[in-house]
Amino acid sequence: MSVTSEDMGTRIGKQVDAIGQWVNDRLNVGDFYKKHLSEYYAPKNFNIWYYFGSFALIVLVIQLVTGVFLTMNYKPSAAEAFASVEYIMRDVRWGWLIRYMHSTGASFFFIVVYLHMFRGMMYGSYRRPRELLWIIGMLIYVMLMAEAFMGYLLPWGQMSYWGAQVIVSLFGAIPVVGDALTEWIRGDFFISDITLNRFFAFHVIALPLILVFLIVVHLAALHEVGSNNPDGIEIKKYKDENGKPLDGIAFHPYYTVKDIMGAVVFLALFAAVVFFSPEMNGYFLEHANFEPADRLKTPEHIAPVWYFTPFYAILRAVPHKLGGVVAMGLAIVVLFLLPWLDRSPARSIRYKSVINKVALGIFAVSFVILGWLGLQPATTVYTNIARVCTVIYFAFFLGLPWISRMGEHKPVPERVTGGH
Amino acid sequence: MTARWTTAARLATATLIMSLLSSGALAAGGASGALKPANNDPGNVQSLQRGARNFFNYCSGCHSMEYVRYSRIGNDLEIPDEMVYKNFMFGQGKLGDTVQAAMTPESAQAWFGAVPPDLSLTARSKGTSYIYSFLLSFYKDDSRELGVNNLVLAGAAMPHVLADLQGLRTPKYKVWTDDDGHEHKEFEGFEQLTEGKLSSEEYEGFIRDITNFLDYSAEPVKNERRALGIKVLAYMGILFLLAMAMKKEYWKDVH
Repeated sequence: MSVTSEDMGTRIGKQVDAIGQWVNDRLNVGDFYKKHLSEYYAPKNFNIWYYFGSFALIVLVIQLVTGVFLTMNYKPSAAEAFASVEYIMRDVRWGWLIRYMHSTGASFFFIVVYLHMFRGMMYGSYRRPRELLWIIGMLIYVMLMAEAFMGYLLPWGQMSYWGAQVIVSLFGAIPVVGDALTEWIRGDFFISDITLNRFFAFHVIALPLILVFLIVVHLAALHEVGSNNPDGIEIKKYKDENGKPLDGIAFHPYYTVKDIMGAVVFLALFAAVVFFSPEMNGYFLEHANFEPADRLKTPEHIAPVWYFTPFYAILRAVPHKLGGVVAMGLAIVVLFLLPWLDRSPARSIRYKSVINKVALGIFAVSFVILGWLGLQPATTVYTNIARVCTVIYFAFFLGLPWISRMGEHKPVPERVTGGH
Repeated sequence: MTARWTTAARLATATLIMSLLSSGALAAGGASGALKPANNDPGNVQSLQRGARNFFNYCSGCHSMEYVRYSRIGNDLEIPDEMVYKNFMFGQGKLGDTVQAAMTPESAQAWFGAVPPDLSLTARSKGTSYIYSFLLSFYKDDSRELGVNNLVLAGAAMPHVLADLQGLRTPKYKVWTDDDGHEHKEFEGFEQLTEGKLSSEEYEGFIRDITNFLDYSAEPVKNERRALGIKVLAYMGILFLLAMAMKKEYWKDVH
């Protein structure tokens, strides 16, 4: 008896279906796929600002994968850490690429996350019912800062060492428990081998677990309330007879293919930095960090990596150590409160009054200026500019309950405008 | 053909990178503006070979490069193993060893009051213009124990090991008093006191080669990285066209 290839094909097809059914009876993959991809309806009018969430996921994967391979050759000890990084750069096959991808990934993570957050601020993505989504996002941001800070100690260069020294010593400003607290964080009287070991543990195990968990919750919360859009209106208001939003399109395939296109552009930019300017002029890899950590030699100028500098500038703008630390902390706390500070009748900046557009613009500019100032030595002129920007930063948030209702808002459309 | 294509691709990428960087390069940071750019080219293998020769003749007596292996230098700079063994290692050690200074740190401390820094990463930590300017800026200073000082690093413990090539020089200053009675001193250039074996152009070339070699040593993968980057970006360009075509096809039915 002969078996034709067609018969064979059908038989294999049946077997595959049977296996699929077997799995699905025990774990409903099909439902999950529908809920989060093929029948998750996203507004059809997403613009360029809506790429950054998917870019953040790409960077996360890059960081996790390169991180695993770096861990295979990195030695978390004060005596060996610096040399092991150079070993990775020189002797491990493709080690340089893995390391540059990881160091570039750190900065790109923040670029993408800052733009993602700014998108939320522009289109009011934090407004009811997305307050929790915003708060989870903010928690991710805070955890990401901790992850980056601890990771930066690991190369054990001069900036790793002294940057950590400066930041950890900030906790010393807290009254009564300050000194004990800094000692508890470091596990020693100064940044030492012990500190490096625990930062390594947090960086490669604890914080990535927390981050991945929070990101899953962030996505779950997003898919519960649905995506906002540049018009800041709910697409769930108008549905067809099947319950599909009229202005919604299935995430898969429409946004998967669109995000793939965006991802290629993003990865090209990423590659441009990795291959042609991994130090990014000292912004991504600081020059002084190519010198091994030396506890007896303080560098002339200690500046944190660029993604922390807006808050570092706020810290230095306050002429009182504890006051500065408190201001820096509050600068993060006010971001959490955003959903309750904005009382504008329109969610999206498109329909907000002119004064709101101006306020957001000024806020964004002063945030960038603060970031730049945080990289500079604290001269009198710079400190004064930092003070002005710090006042603007807080005035924006504290004034928002009033500013957001001021001026004439444009009527909000019923259906999304523009297309793709 | 490939060479021309590579040049064109390099130019295109360089333009892209420059535009990327210029937006962010507000402060190049680091050392003072008085440094002279080294203008070295890590892609120039001949210059790297000369730089390696100069380094092992004049520098490696005191300075180590603890992350750089002799064998790697030989491979990357296209120098046969026997030559590396004879000229760079002076017939001692194994090819896989990292570059060690002939002088021990203890004797360095005793003789110069300081241990000469390891030079593996100096081009990345201090920059190539720092190295180049430092090697250019020794001057005669009788108040110093070794009779020389350096404009880039005042009170440097390092003797002018290249003095027989460069000769000895002394800095000239323009001194004037402003209306407020403050005295100003501005560096005007060097005056040659004794002649060296090399003309000043030859000397600049000599230390440019050393700087180039140190630039290479700080990141041996630099040339490979750039070459691979061009291929990766070209691939991304093609991939983008495909991804865009796919997106357009799917989005036809979105109105």
